[in-house]
Amino acid sequence: MYFSTGVMLMINFAEVSKNFGPLIAVDAFSCRVDKGEIFGLVGPDGAGKTTILRLLVNLLDPDTGTITIDDVPTHRFPRSKLGYMPQKFSLYGDLTISENINFFASLYRLDKLTIQQRSQEMLSLTGLSGFENRLADNLSGGMKQKLALSSALMTRPELMILDEPTYGVDPESRKEFWQILYRLNQEGITIVISTPYMDEAELCHRVALVNTGQLLQCDTPSALKQIFAGQVVEVGANTSDPYFFDDCRQVIDSSYYYLRFHLWTERHPELFQLLKEYAFNKDGPDLEIKYISPSMEDVFAFLVEPRLGPDRFNAQ
Amino acid sequence: MSRIISVIKKEYLQLRRDRLTLILIFMLPLVQLLLFGYAIQTEVKHIPTVVFDQSLSSESRDILSSFSASGYFDVMYSANSYQQVTRYIDKGRAQVGIIIPPDFSRKLAQNESAPLQVIVDASDNMVANQAIAIANSIGLIKSQQILLQKQPGTSLPLDVRVRPWYNPDGITAYYMVPAILGVIVTMTMVIITAMAIVRERERGTLEQLIVTPLKNYELMLGKIIPYIVLGYLQISVALLVGSLVFKVPIRGNILELYLLTLFFITASLGLGLTISNIAKTQMQAMQMAFFVMLPSILLSGFMFPRQAMPDVIYYISYIVPLTYYLDIIRGIVLKGIGFSYLVGQVSALLIFSLLMLGISTTKFKKKLD
Repeated sequence: MYFSTGVMLMINFAEVSKNFGPLIAVDAFSCRVDKGEIFGLVGPDGAGKTTILRLLVNLLDPDTGTITIDDVPTHRFPRSKLGYMPQKFSLYGDLTISENINFFASLYRLDKLTIQQRSQEMLSLTGLSGFENRLADNLSGGMKQKLALSSALMTRPELMILDEPTYGVDPESRKEFWQILYRLNQEGITIVISTPYMDEAELCHRVALVNTGQLLQCDTPSALKQIFAGQVVEVGANTSDPYFFDDCRQVIDSSYYYLRFHLWTERHPELFQLLKEYAFNKDGPDLEIKYISPSMEDVFAFLVEPRLGPDRFNAQ
Repeated sequence: MSRIISVIKKEYLQLRRDRLTLILIFMLPLVQLLLFGYAIQTEVKHIPTVVFDQSLSSESRDILSSFSASGYFDVMYSANSYQQVTRYIDKGRAQVGIIIPPDFSRKLAQNESAPLQVIVDASDNMVANQAIAIANSIGLIKSQQILLQKQPGTSLPLDVRVRPWYNPDGITAYYMVPAILGVIVTMTMVIITAMAIVRERERGTLEQLIVTPLKNYELMLGKIIPYIVLGYLQISVALLVGSLVFKVPIRGNILELYLLTLFFITASLGLGLTISNIAKTQMQAMQMAFFVMLPSILLSGFMFPRQAMPDVIYYISYIVPLTYYLDIIRGIVLKGIGFSYLVGQVSALLIFSLLMLGISTTKFKKKLD
């Protein structure tokens, strides 16, 4: 379980930057990860998530800045305490599940008996028992990810780093995968996970929102939602005009999903009344309005899009 | 050590499933040996020859029969004019033209020097050199015979007796088969290992390997050792074909040959591994492997004698491992010599191997960029 009291530092990024030629992949990135938490690195493709994680596991060297794990520089942190699951499937497709696990485990000098015990344990945890002799190439996307996870867990790492493990995996497997992560976390493993999916961000204890190599915000999901200064409402309306709310004074942004609008509005005590009046004046349909709490997606878009920056709300 | 064994096991498992590569590794020496062994004959016999005999005497017939009896010249056409001879050679129907002047027998009878002309199509060097040498010696031998006939009781002032050692019959296969064996082994070894690291990089498996405690040298050795075994298997197949099909005698100690071959295999593997560490993609690795292999085969003395090379190139050929191995394998197989004669070659290969393994171990960075 994660408690915010008595936190101990696990990872510290201090002003970390990394360029690839003219491309600034990571730009003065600073943040901390505490022991025992599930920490999410959330942002769209190309935000720099993979580079940040590769810097963290010392696959890349930062141009400036430092990263420490457990108070030592990343390259000094013992490899056996570190589990890493790259974004691209990085086990051997022409080896079976158990051959892959045995090979990687043996590189950590685990003895045969330990390997046998733990691999059974891991395979039953990830639900891969019974597939031991299947070639990794012949596994589904979700199973491949579970195999990679099992393999990375063989040394019982204290810190598990996963780079978009659920990318391109079917929803059912994604759910299972997260259940496994929660179980691991309960056993005390600190988890750093990157994901482009905003709904997965809500599953993390703390989230760093990143975009174009920069940290936007880092906090718990509920705290991040506080940042969202406006109001999110969902409106059911019998209209096929996606731009129906574009002239409404209170509406800052609207997205149309068939007969349903997702609106960002300013905060106003009589908001429902105002929206209904607007619709009435426009000879529009009756509205079915309800408040909803902002999703991570709302928060992220709010932080990214300058047009919708906090100033806009403050000004009114 | 245990990690090296893990890598070896992994390589073995992968190789076992890669049937095509395995088949190629065994078929290569077989097919190459048969092809090269039979096809490469540096000795050119049965050169098509056109004759323009204007003398039509018993003397001219005698000299012509000497030419055809040598086995090198097949008199296939007889011409009636110079133009006709030229046409045969221009068209490529004949590569040699023999022209005997009308006064050939008259000059012989009068103890004058009787000229006869041999035209050689020198556009093909190998054939031309051979034809010229044989034609000259036929001329000499015939002259001697005629001289001795005219002055009975005298003997020739010099008597050179040549003894071609190690390969008295001049069988090309004896000379070529051991060399081809060396070429095949170095080719497969370099190409296979050139892929070794770069393949892991391209497939992404290197990313996972790097985060483990696996050390550079452990990875390099683990990658090399399984292929040493393969190299030996290849050599065994090749030696078997060589001795069974081409009847190449193995005069030296075969154990010694196997032992010294180790240095050649590691040199080739080291070279391949270095390529693999420099190349960014498998495509690049393949091209680099060929870029290195072709000149090393040509410079090694596999086909063209190194003594004939210009000085600069001759010295360059000293950095080619195959150069040394050809000395070793031809030495042991044909001459029956042993290690004590080959210390220099073996040390050269050892230095080359260590250099290459050193470069690839230090060049390999546990980083992705």
